Amino acid sequence: MTSTTEIDRATTRDDDAPRFSMSHENGHLHFVAQGKWTLKTIASVDHRLKTELEDIDQETVSYDFDDVSELDTAGAYVLSRAIKCTTGKCFEWDIKSDDKGHQMLMQAAADARMGQLPDAGRMWYDVLVRMGKATHRFWNELYDTLAFLGRFFVVLMRLLVTPGKIRWKSVTAMVEQVGIDAAPIIMVLSFFIGAVIAYMGANLLASFGAQIFMVELVGFSVLREFGVLITAIMLAGRSDSAFTAQIGAMRMRQEIDAMTVIGMETYETLVVPRALACLISAPILTFLAMLSGLFGGMLVAWLGPTDVSPILFLARLKDSVPIQHFWVGMVKAPFFALIIAIVGCRQGLAVTGSVESLGTRTTASVVQAIFAVITIDAMFAMLFLQLDI
Amino acid sequence: MGLELDMSAPPVEARGILTQFGSNVIHENLDFRVDRGEIVGLVGGSGSGKSVLLNTLLGLKEPEGGVVRYFGQDRRNITPELRQEINNQIGVLFQGGALFSSLTVRENIMVPLREHTDLPLQLMRELADMKIHMVGLPLKAATLFPSDLSGGMKKRAGLARSLALDPTLLYLDEPTAGLDPIGASAFDQLILGLREAMDLTVIMVTHDLDSLFTICDRVAVLVDKKIAINDSLPKVKAYEHPWVQEYFGGARARAAGSAGQGDTSTIGSE
Repeated sequence: MTSTTEIDRATTRDDDAPRFSMSHENGHLHFVAQGKWTLKTIASVDHRLKTELEDIDQETVSYDFDDVSELDTAGAYVLSRAIKCTTGKCFEWDIKSDDKGHQMLMQAAADARMGQLPDAGRMWYDVLVRMGKATHRFWNELYDTLAFLGRFFVVLMRLLVTPGKIRWKSVTAMVEQVGIDAAPIIMVLSFFIGAVIAYMGANLLASFGAQIFMVELVGFSVLREFGVLITAIMLAGRSDSAFTAQIGAMRMRQEIDAMTVIGMETYETLVVPRALACLISAPILTFLAMLSGLFGGMLVAWLGPTDVSPILFLARLKDSVPIQHFWVGMVKAPFFALIIAIVGCRQGLAVTGSVESLGTRTTASVVQAIFAVITIDAMFAMLFLQLDI
Repeated sequence: MGLELDMSAPPVEARGILTQFGSNVIHENLDFRVDRGEIVGLVGGSGSGKSVLLNTLLGLKEPEGGVVRYFGQDRRNITPELRQEINNQIGVLFQGGALFSSLTVRENIMVPLREHTDLPLQLMRELADMKIHMVGLPLKAATLFPSDLSGGMKKRAGLARSLALDPTLLYLDEPTAGLDPIGASAFDQLILGLREAMDLTVIMVTHDLDSLFTICDRVAVLVDKKIAINDSLPKVKAYEHPWVQEYFGGARARAAGSAGQGDTSTIGSE
């Protein structure tokens, strides 16, 4: 069967192509269509039909569809271009065809054209409109962030006064997710950072014959900056994005609305446990990061070209790197933790219905968190410099 | 190319379908068939496997046994090109509309056109707008995103997308669920009108008794793991099966039946 139809197709191919002829007098157009007017065939004829119609000033149309072998909505739409339409009304047309379907399709096409709005096009002030919208969005975002912060701290304080109401189960689950699960990767990263600093330092300091100062270099940089910064950046990449995605997906599926209706406070159930988990995890992770960073430095000092033994390394670390550097690093951890949790939850709650917005909000959340972490770190650096710590 | 289809054959036909998840048998020896130009309603209790059957017919799921034929051809034996050709003849309205949330309504409707035709962009836009108009959406909906639409508008937009390529076979998964009675009955009339205009064959999964009474030519009842009866509504109502009797004998069914009586007679005479 298939083969015969193929031969048929081959011989009748020319008959299949959509063709038309038009004649008009006194504002009346007589339109004869032939062949197959379907989605697959109209591409070839649409442009020609449009240009030819431009030269004709018709008021009414009569179609002759006797030789139309196939018609679908797309074909009907193209054919309906001959009907002169303005918004809301069409000029008269009629149709000669045996097929009742043709009439209905053409009616649908004419209706669609009638409802069409004139193309607005672009305006010179579009750019201003967009700038205005962007500014408006910016202020809204700022306002929302402030509102979020305010509400968050109110709820947090209230819960700290009545610790029994804190959802400790969800806090511990979050601590596992945010803290324990992140520990290996943070320690590995920090180990390598410590090793790299030691290596670079050893090479550089060797030119002054002062290789032993690499202990100070590793100690200062890992304790003051890298331990806490690596932790914060990993948390921002790992947990902050997870917060946004979790809360955002819950928002998209109306779970948050359901919680509100049941009488569960969103901030109490979702935001505060995450913030507390971050607050608990970050200092511990920072401590671990410091340890493994120092260990990395020590290993390079020992096995590398400088040949500083672990005993010497630790003794020198104890003598020449005061404990305050450790505290300078540690004190920053809770601030970073809070920032990360707040940004993640805030962006998650801002997700609207679409998948697109989930994506943009997750990106925004990671970018904002890392940006905030580094900015605050710089502010701390200036503060400590002024305080001479 | 050999991409011609036997359009007079049933658009979709299933024979001896066996579906099971593990040891849980969903369908056993299930036969189902739709003829050209019909509107067939598929009913069945919750969890009776209507959606699974729909997925099986669509090819989203391969049954554990039995044959599915499209336009008379066994699905397993057709070439990928022919399969694509057949898929272009099929439109699906998923339950929630399944619109792409990152695209506007117009762009959603243009997706099948972009994938399967080489029309100029402007014409695609105009055709998309025509479909938007045909399903009864206001034209300003064209530039809205799915998240800005109400449930009923989403269904209409989803229908517009499923009609983008002028399919011959349309699957509707609970098209009127979640619509108010006015919206639901308008949707029913829309389907009837589109069937008339576009020569559609429609398979609809529905729980809406009004839809069954007003627009379905035949009703297929999925019960006891198979299609127990697939016939015109009066015959289905007379069918001796406790579930069927309860379904069509309930107070809601009687109310819908008396309301839809006038309409069914006109459809039947066509």
